[in-house]
Amino acid sequence: MNSYNEQKHRFDPSQPGSLGLTQPLGQMQRGSTGRILAVSGSVGDRNIERGLLEMGFVEGACIEVLHHGFLGQDPLAVRINQAMTIALRRCEANAVLVGPLHDAAVDTKPGMTLEYASS
Amino acid sequence: MTTTTLPLGEVRQACIALVGPPNCGKTTLFNTLTGGRQKTANYPGVTVERKSGRLRTPVGHTVELLDLPGSYSLRARSPDEAITRDVVLGRQTREALPDAVVCVTDATNLGQHLRLLLELRQLGRPLILALNMMDIAQKRGCQISIEALSQQLGIPVVTTIAMHKNGVQDLLGQIDILLNQTPTTSKAAAIDTWEEPSPEAIRAYHREVERLLQEAVIQEGAPERFTRQVDQILLHPVAGLLILLGILFLMFQAVFSWAEAPMDWIDGSMASLQQWLSMHMADSLLKSLVIDGIIAGVGGVVIFLPQILILFLFILLLEDFGYMARAAFLMDRLMSAVGLNGRAFIPLLSSFACAIPGIMAARTIAHPLDRLTTILIAPLMTCSARLPVYVLLISAFIPNTVVWGGIGLQGLVMFGLYTTGIVGALTVAGVLRLTLLRGNRQPLLMELPSYKWPNPVNVLLGLLERARIFMRRIGTIILSVMVILWFLATFPSPPEGATEPAIYYSFAGLIGHGLQPLLAPIGFNWQIAIALVPGLAAREVAVAALGTVYALSGDEGTVTEALTTTLAHGWTLATALALLAWYVFAPQCLATLAAARRETNSWRWPIFMFVYLMVLAYLAAFITYRVALALGGG
Repeated sequence: MNSYNEQKHRFDPSQPGSLGLTQPLGQMQRGSTGRILAVSGSVGDRNIERGLLEMGFVEGACIEVLHHGFLGQDPLAVRINQAMTIALRRCEANAVLVGPLHDAAVDTKPGMTLEYASS
Repeated sequence: MTTTTLPLGEVRQACIALVGPPNCGKTTLFNTLTGGRQKTANYPGVTVERKSGRLRTPVGHTVELLDLPGSYSLRARSPDEAITRDVVLGRQTREALPDAVVCVTDATNLGQHLRLLLELRQLGRPLILALNMMDIAQKRGCQISIEALSQQLGIPVVTTIAMHKNGVQDLLGQIDILLNQTPTTSKAAAIDTWEEPSPEAIRAYHREVERLLQEAVIQEGAPERFTRQVDQILLHPVAGLLILLGILFLMFQAVFSWAEAPMDWIDGSMASLQQWLSMHMADSLLKSLVIDGIIAGVGGVVIFLPQILILFLFILLLEDFGYMARAAFLMDRLMSAVGLNGRAFIPLLSSFACAIPGIMAARTIAHPLDRLTTILIAPLMTCSARLPVYVLLISAFIPNTVVWGGIGLQGLVMFGLYTTGIVGALTVAGVLRLTLLRGNRQPLLMELPSYKWPNPVNVLLGLLERARIFMRRIGTIILSVMVILWFLATFPSPPEGATEPAIYYSFAGLIGHGLQPLLAPIGFNWQIAIALVPGLAAREVAVAALGTVYALSGDEGTVTEALTTTLAHGWTLATALALLAWYVFAPQCLATLAAARRETNSWRWPIFMFVYLMVLAYLAAFITYRVALALGGG
């Protein structure tokens, strides 16, 4: 729970210097989309970071929050690059920092953004 | 067979390992390649199954094909994945380094699946990439240049359609080409210096996959829609849970109603076999051993085979369809409240039919503490062996009245017993995770695979394997236990002019009498104490044992009927309720303890399981008895 609040604080949009829509995956709502800006092990240990990377959560990947559970809207089902759906708890999802889909700083794949825009 | 272009003197059987991420269709490919020629064993020291099969290549090589557990990375996260890592690295004892590895990937999900291939390629061993489910990828308009991919990777690449025999010809051809080359038995240096990839290394693999796909993918396929649409309903926070409950209800309905006919048939066959033997065998100890010991005992366990098979049919179908991961998703929050993982749901569900397949199914749980907790609480799920005892006691002591809203009191008591088991299990899990099995809460990182129609061959082979494992256990442990219990219940024989039934004078009787002072505070009389001795082997045996103690004779139906009347007059309500409470917790199933021993690979945890369940059973029976007495149930 501690780390959850910590993350919330760190990526508070009202804080100066943060990127407008940037937020941890663990705080995203169902139906929202974005692009992964960073995957860090700060929430847990490096094993969480590796686990997330191995399941496809990598910088630059497009994600979409498809579903959440009943109690506490936890866990999340997240679609990565329109190819694979991964279930994870919000607690671990906070290690993934997500920015807007259309971000000039990140090289976007044209096919992907079109898909999301229409859905 | 066909043209023999084998190098002279080639006698050694080549070994090829199939490696791939979960849900890549590896098992289907394995089944197509080897047909029914498969065998399962265990790796020494661990409980991971070693699945291997034989195949003959078009050129005539005989190959042992090893189906290694699915893994996303060589960095193993579970005992299953550790086996995959150790075999491809040649570190597994008693398993030779495979001559070649076939990396199976899902062509519709190359972006995620190629990383494992890159990890394998680092090892510098002969490697073939099989792009599986190519038919589905093409249907979605995906075009991949096999030549470009093969050139970029520097290894042979083939497409496979695992469902069809013709879909694997290219793979067999490539295996032949590899095997015709001079065998590379020497370990590559890269294998010895292998270490777990760091996060940076995984990121580098991601970038390399991106680059490869840019080179090789001519046309990206359309994203899959079916799974998404189905998940709108099946993963809906409310509707999804209701559907899960509906599926569970259907499953239990099937387990108990479909299994009735085959169970009756097994029961009838055992009875007629006993009858036939009792007519044709001369009266002797051997006759008693065969009829009362072996057939009665083994029959009492075999009778659960239909239920176990139906339960596994459902589980395998749902697993193959891709639903089981969804069930784990839906249940995760509830399970995590007591420190468990959503994945523990399936083993616990299986335990409602029988704890043994439940304990075996716990293998899918990656983390050792989660897995151990699941194994330890599995016996608290009300297995079907408790039913005969519950039915006997409930029909003898609980009046068949309607309490409220058309619900019968008997059914309500039965429901209460099931609920007590579940609540007990969750409480024990929570306590264990806070005390003995303390550890970090494990992350849930689980793929929700695309839905696909179950493959009948996979389901059938899976079912046969479960049946084989169950029967093998009966053939070994249960048979020997039955012989010992028969011995205890038969010797010494009753003295001349004995007035009590024979079991009264036997070792079992002596043990029962010895236990009686201990069991008196919880309201058990000496008859129950004696019946609990053979009932230790398997719960439902206690019903037959009570019949013996009360010297009732006849076939099973009439014994149960007579027993109901006898008990209703002989026991107090408090005693009956105490015995019911006892049965919710008591570890009266040696087969379960044996399964736990096998799965945890030590006697420590099954002994712990036995002790904690005994203590709980005693406490539950004590409290029930005292409360019932105080309320006038004596």
